[in-house]
Amino acid sequence: MPDNALPSAIVCLPFAASVAVSLLRGRCGGHKLAAWLMTATALLGLVLSLWLYPALAAGGVWRQVIPWAPGLDLVLRVDGFAWLFMLLVCGIGALVGLYARYYMSPDDPLARFYALLLAFMGSMLGIVTAGNVIQLVFFWEMTSLFSFLLIGYWHHGASARDGARMALIVTAGGGLCLFAGVLLLGHIAGSYDLDAILAAGDAVRAHALYTPTLLLVLLGAFTKSAQFPFHFWLPQAMSAPTPVSAYLHSATMVKAGVFLLVRFWPVLGGTGEWFWIVGGVGLVTLVLGAYSAMFEQDLKGVLAYSTISHLGLITMLVGLGSALGVVAAIFHIVNHATFKASLFMAAGAVDHEAGTRDLRRLGGLRRVMPVTATLALVAAAAMAGVPLLNGFLSKEMFFAETLAGRHGPLLDVLTAVLAVAASAFGVAYSIRFVRGAFFGRLATGLPRQPHEPPLWMRVPIGLLALACLLVGVLPARVIGPSLRLAAGAVLGDGMPAYSLAVWHGLTTPLVMSVCAFVAGCLLFAGLRRRFAGLEAAPLTGRLSGKRIFERALAVFAADIPRRIERRYPSRRLQPQLLLIVLLALLAGTLAATSAPFGFHPRWSSVDPAFALLWLLGAACAIGAASQAKFHRLAALVLTGGAGLVSCVSFVWLSAPDLAATQLLVEVVTTILILLGLRWLPKRIEGLAPESRAHRFRRRRDVFIAIAVGLGVATLAYAAMMHPVADSISRFFLERAYTEGGGRNVVNVILVDFRGFDTLGEISVLAIVALTVFALLRRFRPAAESIDAPLQQQRQAAPDADQPGRAPDHSLTDYLMIPGLIIQLMFPLILLFGLHLFLRGHDLPGGGFVAGITVSVALILLYMARGARWVEAHLRVLPVRWIGAGLLLAAGTGLGSLAFGRPFLTSYFRYAELPLLGQLPLASAVLFDLGVFCVVVGATTLMLIALAHQSLRRPRQAADAPAAAGGPG
Amino acid sequence: MELVLAAAIGILAASGVWLLLRPRTFQVIIGLTLISYAVNLFIFSIGGLRTGADPVLQGAAGDLAQYADPLPQALVLTAIVIGFATTALFLVVLLASRGLTGNDHVDGEDGTP
Repeated sequence: MPDNALPSAIVCLPFAASVAVSLLRGRCGGHKLAAWLMTATALLGLVLSLWLYPALAAGGVWRQVIPWAPGLDLVLRVDGFAWLFMLLVCGIGALVGLYARYYMSPDDPLARFYALLLAFMGSMLGIVTAGNVIQLVFFWEMTSLFSFLLIGYWHHGASARDGARMALIVTAGGGLCLFAGVLLLGHIAGSYDLDAILAAGDAVRAHALYTPTLLLVLLGAFTKSAQFPFHFWLPQAMSAPTPVSAYLHSATMVKAGVFLLVRFWPVLGGTGEWFWIVGGVGLVTLVLGAYSAMFEQDLKGVLAYSTISHLGLITMLVGLGSALGVVAAIFHIVNHATFKASLFMAAGAVDHEAGTRDLRRLGGLRRVMPVTATLALVAAAAMAGVPLLNGFLSKEMFFAETLAGRHGPLLDVLTAVLAVAASAFGVAYSIRFVRGAFFGRLATGLPRQPHEPPLWMRVPIGLLALACLLVGVLPARVIGPSLRLAAGAVLGDGMPAYSLAVWHGLTTPLVMSVCAFVAGCLLFAGLRRRFAGLEAAPLTGRLSGKRIFERALAVFAADIPRRIERRYPSRRLQPQLLLIVLLALLAGTLAATSAPFGFHPRWSSVDPAFALLWLLGAACAIGAASQAKFHRLAALVLTGGAGLVSCVSFVWLSAPDLAATQLLVEVVTTILILLGLRWLPKRIEGLAPESRAHRFRRRRDVFIAIAVGLGVATLAYAAMMHPVADSISRFFLERAYTEGGGRNVVNVILVDFRGFDTLGEISVLAIVALTVFALLRRFRPAAESIDAPLQQQRQAAPDADQPGRAPDHSLTDYLMIPGLIIQLMFPLILLFGLHLFLRGHDLPGGGFVAGITVSVALILLYMARGARWVEAHLRVLPVRWIGAGLLLAAGTGLGSLAFGRPFLTSYFRYAELPLLGQLPLASAVLFDLGVFCVVVGATTLMLIALAHQSLRRPRQAADAPAAAGGPG
Repeated sequence: MELVLAAAIGILAASGVWLLLRPRTFQVIIGLTLISYAVNLFIFSIGGLRTGADPVLQGAAGDLAQYADPLPQALVLTAIVIGFATTALFLVVLLASRGLTGNDHVDGEDGTP
């Protein structure tokens, strides 16, 4: 089989169309275009899928492997079974798109509708073509997500929101179980590749983890295909727009569940557990769904419960465990899709034209909408299993399967009887559907005057009804080859003999069909009056899964969290921090005591100078801790002292790059905090009396802090004394020059080997800078700190008294000499920054350090000359710097793609330049330039934004006597 | 060397944690700064301390016996820059909260010391 991109094209097409549709604007024209785009995309998918047929019919599987992470390649795998599903998804998708074009009101946001519908279709195609089980789960969850958005499309209605939420919780929760299940499957099979898993069936069934795996996978399948006891979400989901319901119930969503069952049948099926769970759940769902459907008053409600029942039938067929059962299941998947889609569309037409779906109010519509009535009659007859229609054929196969007699007489009889009963219920609700809407006396007092829907709304219904009829009359010719292909893909060599014919002679299944039909008619005739008077089904109506679900949701999502929140108040930061510190302490202690350190304590040499240095550092740290409450400036200076000491340590310990960066960052941080200090309230020592609780708290915190300090010191000592066996540093040291073209290994790591991390890091820096800027734009200082600080007022006082002097004249005079010096130094500092940048690849330096140097130069200028002067002479546009830097860094990374290399591959060579001599020209230098620009922009943006806060106030209160435009 | 640096890291961490548990925003920001010093030194020191090792390659390739370990340095360099960014962000959040609540308590209410 050739490795061809066709499957991935089919899967990607709807997503591309979805994006295109979501960009459409305009109410009317866009609406039509979106609908046609949806239909055209689905039709194209259909044609491309049909294109695959000859190759698949020749026997084989179409595989396309897109390499990704090792062991997790993206695999698209189309076999006959997936192919049949692709036809269904695309074919019915095209009809739904066409139908929705006339069903949806132009007042709805239609671009969103079609975009979601297309993405949903793409996700469903993704499930069926997934050749990797993780990929399958990914698309599985995507269908949950998009169905959530589609069910909740009319989100102004509470029922739509509730239905959507319920569908999401149930199906996505099932998806998580499925994820766990496929992880186990992959673990057992040794690969996540679907082919490998399908080949490992015997190993899986014999494995000790078989039962949990089975249960998890089944939970996924049952929640998705609305099997008992998870069936309750499906009727709630009918608050979706009807085209969505038609799609969800026929070819997608619920069918994904049975798709999964059939897909994994060769791996997980054939065991006792499989038989009892899958068969049992299917049987219960079949009977319960059909029984409940009879008592629904809503046209779509009848169909929703009927879907549950038919999916139960399919599940049961798969659960019975015979190959023939699987064939019948696949056949019924197709048949159910055709008649259920057309019935939903007919129900939608009735709703659209008559304005209600209530069976008690409708009646006699065949007089005013004869075509729709006829088509609905055909489809409902197919649903009831009337001969010469497709539903009859698969139901016959189902009856034959229940009679196969493999599980003991009692069980067989019970199954057969229940199957006939469910079938009779099916006949009854089908009659009720048709009779209630289209026959009897013409209903009066409907919200709208009913008439035939537009032609293009009837065409999709007609095509589907025609399909029911064609398959029903000429099964072997119409569906035979496709069914054989699909079943063959699942069953492999174990393909059973079966015949697709309308007449098999007078057989027991035929007798059962007749019994069911007669019983259904009698049931309807006998209980007609009772149906109309009931709000819910007797016996089972009270046991509402929906109510249990809502109760559980209320308890687990509201009551219990609220109780926990009340017991352990968590809005306060202080207790939270305490808790975090204590937990960290506990975890560290546990880890340290449970595992031995593995080192023999020995005394390290003590360098007296180094010890003295850190004596100073420790004094600074402790001083900062004790002064931070009342003497903020002192605490800040002391913190800076501790920072400087650690800076010196970096130099001492052979890390000049770190020392330079730390020093400059230290400077910028200090300026930043100094700028912020002005807005904090004054705090004067000794005003508030110290209470007992207060004293206790301080003692407790000192104790905790000492414990943490001791723990960290021990850990650090252990880590330092523990020799590192072999780290990846060796790799970097060996390759930095030969492959990265730089002698400064740290810089080469940052801009080349781990360039992707650095790209993320500068993005964080840019985001923080923009956040700071945005937060400060809305900044409103506290009332008492609006006036200029006392020092500034005193400074400006002499100016105010003398005429002819502006308020900040004295200040300008004070700063005249430093200002001049800084102004002269400014280009030198810029040059030094450039120097740091250029030498970064080979010597200590680089984009980070250079960037901070340049921003320090700028801020010095601000301090010396005042913001107004600087901004009048120099246009600094920090946001542009950030943007340019990010573009440059990402662009350098993308550039390597143009040469067919992975993202951020760097390239270097040495070039001889006149005057400068031999220079390394690495693309990593360009990347570093991006880093440099982002750092300059981000740092400057933050500093300037904060500095401007002091300017804004006086400007607004210009008449205030103390107004002074303080520099920086 | 190791003993001194370990003690230094411990003292920095202890001072930082004590400030972290204080109620005033400024104390917390200083505490975070001190903790970040401690953590940076801790990461840097993992795998042993080297004095007098060459930080920059002389020949084409080097080995760990002669050169300083570049890996923790690269990690810490990143940590310093990110630490700066978080400090800046926290400072502005501090100022905004001060403007909104009218006090500088971390919980926004001035009832407790």
